[in-house]
Amino acid sequence: MAITAVEAADSRPVLLGREKVERGIGIALLVGVTIWLIWNFIAGPVQFVNVALAGLRLGAIYALIALGYTLVYGIIELINFAHGDLFMLGSVFTSIVLVKWFGAGTGSLADWGLMLVTLVIVMAMCAGLNITSERVAYRRLRRAPKLAPLITAVGISFIFQWFGLLLNGSSQKSWPKVIPDGGLVLGPVTIDWSTIIVIVVTVPLLLILSYIVQRTRQGKAMRATAQDQDAARLMGINVDRTIAFTFALGGAMAGAAGLLYLETFGTTRYDAGFQLGLIAFTAAVLGGIGNLQGAVLGGVLIGLIQGFNDGLPYGFGQKWSQTVVFTILILLMVFKPEGILGKPTIEKV
Amino acid sequence: MALSTPEAVETAPAKSDIAASHTRRWALWFAAIAVFVWVFYTFALPNLGSSGQTIVREWMPLGSVNEALVWVICAVGLNIVVGYAGLLDLGFVAFWAIGGYTAGWFMSNFFNQISNGFYFLSAAPPNQPGIHLNVWLVLGLAGLICAGAGIIIGAPTLRLKSDYLALVTLGFGEIIPQVFLNGADIRGFNLTNGALGISPLDNVSPLPFGPSTIAIGDASIAISKPLGPFDTTAKYVMFVLVAAFAVFVSLRIREGRLGRAWLAIREDELAASMMGVPLMRSKLAAYAVGAFMGGLGGVVYAVHNNSVFPDRFNFAISIILLAMVVLGGMGNVWGVIVGALVLAWFNSTGLPQFGDSFNQQFGTDINFPSYNYLFFGSILVLMMLFRREGLFPETRTRQVLQEAERSDAEELDGGEV
Repeated sequence: MAITAVEAADSRPVLLGREKVERGIGIALLVGVTIWLIWNFIAGPVQFVNVALAGLRLGAIYALIALGYTLVYGIIELINFAHGDLFMLGSVFTSIVLVKWFGAGTGSLADWGLMLVTLVIVMAMCAGLNITSERVAYRRLRRAPKLAPLITAVGISFIFQWFGLLLNGSSQKSWPKVIPDGGLVLGPVTIDWSTIIVIVVTVPLLLILSYIVQRTRQGKAMRATAQDQDAARLMGINVDRTIAFTFALGGAMAGAAGLLYLETFGTTRYDAGFQLGLIAFTAAVLGGIGNLQGAVLGGVLIGLIQGFNDGLPYGFGQKWSQTVVFTILILLMVFKPEGILGKPTIEKV
Repeated sequence: MALSTPEAVETAPAKSDIAASHTRRWALWFAAIAVFVWVFYTFALPNLGSSGQTIVREWMPLGSVNEALVWVICAVGLNIVVGYAGLLDLGFVAFWAIGGYTAGWFMSNFFNQISNGFYFLSAAPPNQPGIHLNVWLVLGLAGLICAGAGIIIGAPTLRLKSDYLALVTLGFGEIIPQVFLNGADIRGFNLTNGALGISPLDNVSPLPFGPSTIAIGDASIAISKPLGPFDTTAKYVMFVLVAAFAVFVSLRIREGRLGRAWLAIREDELAASMMGVPLMRSKLAAYAVGAFMGGLGGVVYAVHNNSVFPDRFNFAISIILLAMVVLGGMGNVWGVIVGALVLAWFNSTGLPQFGDSFNQQFGTDINFPSYNYLFFGSILVLMMLFRREGLFPETRTRQVLQEAERSDAEELDGGEV
């Protein structure tokens, strides 16, 4: 991440010692975590695999949310604080469309069909909301000082929370799930049906997204806009529409994540989005923000870490899981702000 | 304040003379309004007649004035970080929580695991377990602890770009209350009493020199004896003093070397560093001073509620504080104070009361407090879109915030589609 060129130049000699210390601490932390994982694996291999599967399921959902952060950050360098709440609205929309309107039950073929239809509807709704917020607020602030769009995003996050509160009520609500309980039994290990469905839905979505960004004209326009808005505009790209399209993609992913979350955990809460969004953002940063593969990798890693922490015999347990994730975020910012797959950038002056 | 060295405050004599007289004038206004409110609630209110009293008790009880003062103290602190130095801090609630728990630890029976009864100028009744310090000492202690926490969180993260910094502070603001929530059993040691919180706190005395039972006249009885939890008038005096301190410090620092360094960093970090402003040290100082005031606010909040509970310290507090700073005008202390008073009143009393009256009048059943989110979110968005410099801006802030960042050519092309 961006140390400005000037800062790097004038602080290099002073920093050398500190950089060494930082790298040393970073490596020590990694080694510690590895030892901890091996120790846990030896203590209970079956539990380890089960926990890893649960972590993977969570990680797939995080990856979908993290993609929204990374897409938007990649193109206009804005941390979209409202994105987590968009995901929350995705889960609330799902509960309304799937359960209240369609009246879906559990497990019949018709229910699966309804779930697919709902997936499309919810993705469209979230994409629409995200475009609207871009059109109403962020677009006008694109040339404003950095603080302005950030504060706006926080405000939009609050408005989304209000919307969720209005639709869902102030308490946590439980909903019937289309995906039945139980799972595929392989010897001592059980793979939940929900894990399988989450993977089955997530992977094609990621492939489609990657195809759009890498192979289509629109994707090319997105990449060009991300590199240099002015040059892209000179090349005849409609920058506003491209950015709106990016917001739509991110919103659609958040909608899908909302549906999968509801189908996995069966609950909605109006304030769920804030914390999950923060975790997903951590995932995006871990992978290298602005990098699509990085967001997926980071999402899966954070999901695994949270799963391990919650479920392993020597973990801190669930009540500390958010603290663990946010500590990772802070450590990451200190030791490797560019993330695993990201490149250190030089800030444009 | 440890960080405002004397020479930092005293530099540039010619300019700060004008500024000082300006400050003095405002200080007079501050004192006049504070005394007016005190006189009103102490002497005028009992003579208002019953209907007048009911209106005041419903729409503007002294308790909500006190709570608004707590918000003022914290908003002034956040204004130093966001308004002066231009660093977005979304985790200010962490300092508030740390301050609150400092009060809980050092001003109650809670630490009976450590001490059978340690007293220092405390107004608490004797022969109780736990640690009992004088509230003014606790204020300073909480401020210092928070300033330390601010430095610890700031040191590794302030090198980052502003948006990343916002995220890290947000994470910090989430972690700290969670630590307090989960801290009931840390290797067998009950640090925070978990969700049960710490309650009740010691009685406090509103004036800095410890408990005094000497009564001189009617009014001074009220402010010199140890205060019970419901002694709102005397607490008001105490809160006004703390708020005055916060306002004084932030006004004076702004005129000094440190304050001018902050403004320079806010306006152009690169240019400031070329001019020899030490970026890291100045930013850290902004963080520490802001956190100090967050700590003061935390103690005052704990005294106001006579208790500390972890679930009171939620993310919404950080955002409401931010809304106060943004609404009043980033960087302008007086604007921020007005913003804090108005929004705090609206949040605690105005909106619920308005909702009750509205529902009674029209027979509806709308849950108005749930519109808080919409209200504060809209304030942030609308202010950023239409009046970025706040309702009471300084000329300087307005110029900075309205300057276009990129070329005019782009504006011609991309403005309207």
